[in-house]
Amino acid sequence: MFTKTVLRTTSALALCVSAGAAFADGHSATITIATVNNGDMIRMQGYTDQFTEETGIAVEWVTLEENVLRQRVTTDITTEGGQFDIMTIGMYEAPIWGSNGWLVPLDGLSDEYNVEDILPAMRGGLSHDGTLYAAPFYGESSMVMYRTDLMEAAGLEMPAAPTWEFIREAAAAMTDRDNDINGICLRGKPGWGEGGAFINAMANSFGARVVDEEWNAQLDSEAWANTLNFFNDMMQESGPAGFATNGFNENLSLFNQGLCGMWIDATVAASFVTNPDDSEVADSVGFALAPDNGLGPRSNWLWAWALAVPAGTQQQDEAMAFIEWATSTGYIELVAENEGWANVPPGARQSLYDNPNYADVPFAQMTLDSILSANPTEPTVDPVPYTGVQFMAIPEFAGFWTEVSQEFSNAYAGQQTIEEALANGQNIVNEALSAAGYQ
Amino acid sequence: MATQSSRSAARIMMAPAVFLLLVWMLVPLSLTLILSFKRFLPLRGDRIGERGDGFGDFLLDYITGFPTLDWVGFQNFASFASSGAFTDAVVTTLVIVGGVLAVSVIFGILLAMLLDQPMWGQGVVRILVIAPFFVMPTVSALVWKNMFMDPTNGLFSHLWRAFGADPVVWLSDVPMTSLILIISWQWLPFATLILLTAFQSLDSEQLEAAEMDGAGPFARFFFIALPHLSRAITIVILIQTIFLLAVFAEIFVTTGGAFGTRTLTYLIYQRVLESQNIGLGSAGGVYAIILANIVAIFLMRIVGKNLDR
Repeated sequence: MFTKTVLRTTSALALCVSAGAAFADGHSATITIATVNNGDMIRMQGYTDQFTEETGIAVEWVTLEENVLRQRVTTDITTEGGQFDIMTIGMYEAPIWGSNGWLVPLDGLSDEYNVEDILPAMRGGLSHDGTLYAAPFYGESSMVMYRTDLMEAAGLEMPAAPTWEFIREAAAAMTDRDNDINGICLRGKPGWGEGGAFINAMANSFGARVVDEEWNAQLDSEAWANTLNFFNDMMQESGPAGFATNGFNENLSLFNQGLCGMWIDATVAASFVTNPDDSEVADSVGFALAPDNGLGPRSNWLWAWALAVPAGTQQQDEAMAFIEWATSTGYIELVAENEGWANVPPGARQSLYDNPNYADVPFAQMTLDSILSANPTEPTVDPVPYTGVQFMAIPEFAGFWTEVSQEFSNAYAGQQTIEEALANGQNIVNEALSAAGYQ
Repeated sequence: MATQSSRSAARIMMAPAVFLLLVWMLVPLSLTLILSFKRFLPLRGDRIGERGDGFGDFLLDYITGFPTLDWVGFQNFASFASSGAFTDAVVTTLVIVGGVLAVSVIFGILLAMLLDQPMWGQGVVRILVIAPFFVMPTVSALVWKNMFMDPTNGLFSHLWRAFGADPVVWLSDVPMTSLILIISWQWLPFATLILLTAFQSLDSEQLEAAEMDGAGPFARFFFIALPHLSRAITIVILIQTIFLLAVFAEIFVTTGGAFGTRTLTYLIYQRVLESQNIGLGSAGGVYAIILANIVAIFLMRIVGKNLDR
């Protein structure tokens, strides 16, 4: 009798424990997210507790510097490492990885999420064959940020859509070497996503292209020589010392210290340069479209930092739930409520720009205009066989363009001539594309 | 004297460790060698170990040379060596190794001589001198780049301006000098420590006798101290060369391989991780092993004979 009672009690207990464990399992899923250490992403981490409260899904963050993040997630996805349930990737990776079947298609998002609200440029850049593979957390283009006080002192007025000639003249007029004021700060730092991205977008406005329709390198063209000579001459005249090593963060720091008259860079920087906590010149910053040369394309790029789910994840539903939460209009409202409209993630949704509260933000309209003026399917004057404005959406691009940008930076630093840099770049591109079977 | 049985027992007891050590070295080495003959472009969809996820499947693939990847013969080796970047990278590597060795040996001897003198607070000074050796390379490179060498906000630029000169743009105008400076700052303490130990074992009576015989300070240094230091210098050169051939973090953080500072290690990193061409990068890895061995043999023949004495 006693034995039976003990057996029954034990079985009942075991059932309770296993049921409890199953219940706990169902409500204590943890997802791991790899992300970039940009301000908007760091802010998102602060609100993660609210997501966990709403859904019971815990979130672990792996926050990395941009270049390191790119290498970590690329290595993880190519080796099927399975370390992450969500990866923060950009417009370069999304279509390539999507076409390889490495990402979960985002075609099951709820009606409430409203995919149609995502700006078409962002949706297009994050899709392959019409299927969306990553949801934009924020989107960006590039534009001119300038000091209104210095512009006025120079007796000039910035047009809404300036030309490169005007920018060069204005830069020279604003330069004051005795007071360390540089007329213009631009990226010259090596790296495909740093100086490489800037010069590529600039080259588009000069009528240059990286390759022709048969994938033959075009760096030996006159248009490329014009681009690099113009950039280098202008920076030698009016740029900061050591501009060949300056990237986004270095220029942001210089601009916020009041040492740059103009800065042409990511639209997302606008909220930093107008924030009095970060910037010494917050109350005297104006915005304009990135310059052009009257040939059609402007020299602005198009980019999005987006969230994607790798195909091998064991937590697909939970990952999808997080993506819906973090890239929804609800999240934008949450940040606006707590930190003001100027600090919400910009550039991803049309509804943000239709919102009258956001219209008061000084850089809102210029950001939208810049995004809308970039065309990733026809980025250049002459036709090209790739998509992407400041990059080519092919797997080999990151590798060879990093090396090409190093050649350019070497020329800015005076270690070789512009002609030598372009000749070396021509060989690097042709070698890489020929080895990969494009030519 | 060991008996036959004790020698056998020693061999049996050492066998597991030797076996593990061999596997530890042989697996990555042979993996690199196999992959250097293969076309392996993960971003173009190439995969290894397609048969299954288990270790057995992986091992089978490994032994058969990853059958899912195409053999390309010596193509990767030819491509790696024919690229214009290869020769430059080898030269840059050797210049960095030579530069850092020269700085650390010369200044190591001078510092060791100074620290060998009796002085107040000797213990604290010695700790301060060897402190850089315990700083991580990434951290030291970041500190040098942002605190000292930044052309706008760096300490050096303020110093130059204080004397009315234009600041030097270190990392792009004099990149190799800057890198050698940063890496030497890290390795100088190691050299100083080894050389100081050697100095301390120098017989003071011998120096006094030489002085009494009329030998000046230079003669005492070149004919007594320097020969005494030869073994310590050899150790410094051998150990530092091994580490300096693979220097990476300092370049990654400061110049990113631009401005002519791309070493062989950095070139391999670019091929494997930035270009995701594992086959080509593995061929570069094999070249790096060959280069390291050539340098090692050269060093052992030229300077290593000092160790036999």
